Amino acid sequence: MLLEAKNLEFSYEENQKIEFPDFELESGESLLILGKSGSGKTTLLNMLAGLLKPKSGEISIDGKDIIGFSQKQMDQFRGKHIGLIFQKPHLLAPLSVKENLEVVPFFGKTQGESPARILEELDIKNKVNSKVRTLSEGEAQRVSIARALMNKPKLILADEPTSSLDDENAERVIKLLKDQAQRIGAGLIIVTHDQRIKNHVSKFIEVKKNESV
Amino acid sequence: MNLFKISRKYLYFKPLSTGLNILLLSFGLAIITMLLLVRDQFETVVSKDAEGIDLVVGAKGSPLQLILSGVYHVDFPTGNIPIKEAVGLQRNRLVKAVLPMALGDNYKGNRIVGTNHDYLDFYEVQYQEGESWTEAFQVVVGAEVAAKEGLKVGDSFESSHGISEGSHSHDEHSLVVVGVLEPSGKVIDRLILTSIETVWYSHDEEGEDGQHNHDHGEVTLNGIPDGDESRELTTLLLQFRNPMAAVQLPRFINSRTSMQAASPTFEMARLFELLGVGIKLLQGLAFALIVIAGLGIFIALYNSLKERKYDLAVLRSIGATRFQLLQLILIEGITLTWIGALLGLALGHVFLFILLKSTDQGLAASIQAWTFLPEELWILLYATGVGLFASIIPAVTAYQTSIAKQLTKS
Repeated sequence: MLLEAKNLEFSYEENQKIEFPDFELESGESLLILGKSGSGKTTLLNMLAGLLKPKSGEISIDGKDIIGFSQKQMDQFRGKHIGLIFQKPHLLAPLSVKENLEVVPFFGKTQGESPARILEELDIKNKVNSKVRTLSEGEAQRVSIARALMNKPKLILADEPTSSLDDENAERVIKLLKDQAQRIGAGLIIVTHDQRIKNHVSKFIEVKKNESV
Repeated sequence: MNLFKISRKYLYFKPLSTGLNILLLSFGLAIITMLLLVRDQFETVVSKDAEGIDLVVGAKGSPLQLILSGVYHVDFPTGNIPIKEAVGLQRNRLVKAVLPMALGDNYKGNRIVGTNHDYLDFYEVQYQEGESWTEAFQVVVGAEVAAKEGLKVGDSFESSHGISEGSHSHDEHSLVVVGVLEPSGKVIDRLILTSIETVWYSHDEEGEDGQHNHDHGEVTLNGIPDGDESRELTTLLLQFRNPMAAVQLPRFINSRTSMQAASPTFEMARLFELLGVGIKLLQGLAFALIVIAGLGIFIALYNSLKERKYDLAVLRSIGATRFQLLQLILIEGITLTWIGALLGLALGHVFLFILLKSTDQGLAASIQAWTFLPEELWILLYATGVGLFASIIPAVTAYQTSIAKQLTKS
């Protein structure tokens, strides 16, 4: 089992808490997290990435209890084993496309894949030395996927990766995410309310906000 | 990829703001470097030239002017003194040694000093070429003068009256170079030295058209030359025999003779005190520039931090630790200040060089633009301090940034 989440609860305020459904994920499997906006989908994703600590519950990734990790251990674990993709690409503008990919193995302290090879897989090899500002939205999002893949993570977490893309680019990004996750044998979790993604991934959980306790 | 490379990329990314901050800082540090260089060298030069001279005696007038003209040969002499009084002073039991000087001529602005061999021995001269004079109208040339005017042993030239260039010349008798001195870094480098008789005779010939009957061959090599009552000297440099002299001698000279006595140490200390106001002002300006530069760097880093919160959050999300982000910002701030500091040091030397080029006379001539002081390392350290100070708050802010909040804000 790659990922197990049990009895997760989170609260932003004292008397309000969000309860999340339990779920499991195998390597190579894909899962959607659905829910209305404000329901706590992204909160769940952040907890899985170790960016937020749940109020209670358990998360184990690759057999490790990540809630017990210290901040530094979590940073390192995330760097090595988790690839994150956001709604916006958030590439580092002063760095070239290639350098944006090269920082990943540096901070993750891994060997890392070859940037050129990954960019080739994502069909943007010609942009390897480009400036980030010259990329189109779709290209930038594909570079951010390449960045998430650089360390061959065990788990890929994507937060609304297609919401700012047109149909053509959205299709492409979903396909790439699924294919690449399968190629490296990683689990893929996508937070979305995008109908275009629901057509490609069948397994899903739904997050609902409980009105006060 | 490493932290240094990333911070360098971020600095390149904002060339204008980076450039402005570097420039501000480097100007401030350049002024400080320049002050440091000038003050240090000026003080060394000034104290080296006056070392061993306890008292300067000359015609009444400004004591500072007497010191400047008699020891450093920069100002005009205060006037002449009768030789009788000089001889009287030499006999005083409180006086250990007297170096007599007859000033008042120049060659292309280089001062000619009529004196004796004691003066040469006092400054411990070494010869590049030739030897000291033995006859009238023979001169020994200081290293700087020789280089500037291209004089060597055997050359001859005509002196002019006065101590600045362009006055009418004594064309009846040429002076012959018999020796060229090694550079010593002292005032003597800038002088043309000869016997007192040479100076006397040059003026005689001009004034009375050869009616004076003097023996051109003989000159006095040590002590004050014998001259009739009408002969004059310009300045005497005295050494005391004992500490008692420091108390009694100046008072005696100032009240009992037509001459005045001035202490080089005292007068130069007074001069530095006067100059000190200007130096303080410049220092203040330099510090203001540096503080502004420090603030500029702080503001630039702090502002860029706002734009970079996403970037920092992304770096955290790919495994950068908080400490690495702290380092990243610190490296940026310190790189900025180091470039500014190195540029500032270089500019300080260049500014001084340009300044010296445009005023190559007097004491300024003995100041070098390309010597390096150990204190300049302090400037680097100081700049590092400014860099640390300016980047510590932004760095800590970067350290504390919550990534989850940043990344989920869209």
